[in-house]
Amino acid sequence: MFDQLSDRLQATLSEVRSRGKLNEGDVDAAMREIRLALLEADVNFKVVKSFAKTLKERCLGADVLESLDPGQQVVKIVNEELTGLMGGTGRDLAFASKGPTVILMAGLQGSGKTTACAKLARHLGESGKNVALAACDVYRPAAVDQLVTVGERAGAHVYEQGTDADPVEIAAWALDRAREDERDVLIVDTAGRLHIDENLMDELAKIRKRIKPHDVLLVVDAMTGQDAVGVAESFAETAEFDGVVMTKLDGDARGGAALSVKAVTGKPIFFASTGEKLEAFDRFHPDRMASRILGMGDMLSLIEKAEQQVDERQAEDLQKKLEGDRFTLEDFLQQMRQVRKMGPLSGLIGMMPGMGAMKQLKNAEIDEGELDRVEAIILSMTPLERANPAIIKGSRRKRIAAGSGTKIQQVNQLVKQFDQMRKMMRQMISGQQPSPEQLMQMSGGAPRPKYRRR
Amino acid sequence: MPTTWQEIFDLGARDTASSGVEPESDEQSRGVFRRLRESLSKSRQALVEEISASLFDRIDEETWERLEEALIMADAGAPTTAEVVEKLEREVESGAVSADGEAVRERLIEILAEVASGGRAPIDLNGEPAVLLMVGVNGTGKTTTIGKIAWHLSKEFGLSVVLAAADTYRAAAAEQLAEWAQRAGAELIRSAPGGDPGAVAFDAIAAARARGADVVIVDTAGRLHTQGNLMDELTKVRRVIAKQMPDAPHETLISIDATTGQNGLRQAQLFTEAVAVDGVVLTKLDGTAKGGIVLAIANELGIPVKLIGAGETLEDLRPFDPEDFARALLAE
Repeated sequence: MFDQLSDRLQATLSEVRSRGKLNEGDVDAAMREIRLALLEADVNFKVVKSFAKTLKERCLGADVLESLDPGQQVVKIVNEELTGLMGGTGRDLAFASKGPTVILMAGLQGSGKTTACAKLARHLGESGKNVALAACDVYRPAAVDQLVTVGERAGAHVYEQGTDADPVEIAAWALDRAREDERDVLIVDTAGRLHIDENLMDELAKIRKRIKPHDVLLVVDAMTGQDAVGVAESFAETAEFDGVVMTKLDGDARGGAALSVKAVTGKPIFFASTGEKLEAFDRFHPDRMASRILGMGDMLSLIEKAEQQVDERQAEDLQKKLEGDRFTLEDFLQQMRQVRKMGPLSGLIGMMPGMGAMKQLKNAEIDEGELDRVEAIILSMTPLERANPAIIKGSRRKRIAAGSGTKIQQVNQLVKQFDQMRKMMRQMISGQQPSPEQLMQMSGGAPRPKYRRR
Repeated sequence: MPTTWQEIFDLGARDTASSGVEPESDEQSRGVFRRLRESLSKSRQALVEEISASLFDRIDEETWERLEEALIMADAGAPTTAEVVEKLEREVESGAVSADGEAVRERLIEILAEVASGGRAPIDLNGEPAVLLMVGVNGTGKTTTIGKIAWHLSKEFGLSVVLAAADTYRAAAAEQLAEWAQRAGAELIRSAPGGDPGAVAFDAIAAARARGADVVIVDTAGRLHTQGNLMDELTKVRRVIAKQMPDAPHETLISIDATTGQNGLRQAQLFTEAVAVDGVVLTKLDGTAKGGIVLAIANELGIPVKLIGAGETLEDLRPFDPEDFARALLAE
């Protein structure tokens, strides 16, 4: 899907390279493709419009690097803007300094509140907190039963009074009990309600007034379409929610609602629910959501989760192994930056000890654009990847390429070259001269000869 | 004339004329339609004003843009929106439709109704018992809809209904359906939690046969269409039913939440691959979402909407009428 967008953009921007800079016409054409992609992803029409405006300004100001495909460059900018929009501002979950932290869950029917309550309970319980739940949905048949069942699975006690009591009273009573029982957290489940249902929205406001929650969370289904904005605005007004839980992210909905809600209410997305099991609950990652909305897929979350456990162990072991060879891509990046500050590399190479004899290298044309690209690639890596490039396989390569606006082959090339460079450095430290072949490999192939030799 | 219950349900050989139940009168159906239109229009003032404004002023480039915007915001999706707007634009430009507000609006309604009629067919309940399978993604309103259908079949046609609690996964799912069975006057067949869904369906059909019940409605667990193993399970449930009764399930309906965006199309696509979906129940139309995704589903997949749900009580169910749907979208 990313390829589709990137390809579509490339086709639209094919004239750009020769011009070197994106002009207004180019950007407008690109914006049309971006808008379509975002609408496909269910981002609200009005949000798309205003986002495209901001984006256009950024794109107009940007240079097109000669070595970067203009289509990919635009995607890179869009990705960055989307990530920035969905992350950054907004606070974390607030906790009480004393007494139970009260978290109120609200949302439309079927959004996944009850399951989310249990997941949040388990998530908070993991750090040792004593969590309880309050069953305030007295309307939906068997809602109380459902919460009791999943609450038990999550290891949380459920305060309930069946379906004959008033939800506001149940909530207040549950809070009293939670205080008596010295709970650390009380999560209050409520009935699904339409934002245009005055009676139920009143009820929600009453519950809120009564129990004064530290956090009000709006639960939003990832497959919600254009309606997300209206819903979010109404709930923001009545319930004054502090953050969002996005649910059913294990589906293939692109999840544009996430962007819409954030853009329109400014409230952060706290959590992502990624499956029906209680464990399928994570902190929200704006960068992954951005890729997903653009159609670049969020398989990453799933795959990385699986790899993560192996990674952490591997990283520790490797760290010890690397004690001797501590040089990482992070270090390389810093070194490269420092060196570039000193001036064009071609001049510097001749100054390096032992390099004087390497005439071929002296005449090599160093492509500064190439170095820009290398920087971009490294910057798109996580610290773990910079420390241990060996883990950069399949999905990571894809992500790094996408994030830096480069091709997967270029990422591969960098990793390979870095490896070879490290070998070479070890040799140099031990006093050996690097062979011409090694140097050739390192600079990415033979330097471009000025004349063809026969 | 809006679609009636008699038109949306094909009961085959069943003689409901002698059931002693009065079919819904014109007055009643008008009343319900008015209520439905009202609930559909509740927060549609904005859309109405947009459409009215754009169509009653000049007919120009902005008109088409505003119409595009309105259809996108209704979740119709870019391809279907483009198709509809381009068609209308061409007709106005060629003079086939005169360039005045009223004529254009009426033609638009016609076009939208045509699109919404893709694959139109009644709900097939030709069986003894007739078996209706409900499928869909989590939280879309399957169980509530089943309660409503059961109640209407009993009220409109005097049919006896057996409900199969084949959602053996979700906590308290059987309890939830039990409540609806009680409200709708239907019998419930269930198993222990974690039991085999196919077995529940089997037992329900056997029970219906034994008691001479007219219809079996099978509830299934909500599942994301992206979960291969769960979709396989659904295919298996269908196979069990088909093995037991060669023509069954006579009707398979997918519930689609009106707030769903473009993913609704994917849902319909993949569920159809697993179990041959015959129609859509568009739920939660009492909110502000327009449910435009069904235009895309009918247009691109040829799967028709057959019922719409607009509320949480037994009565809140209506046969889908394409023209009413299109008109309610643009109602003044």
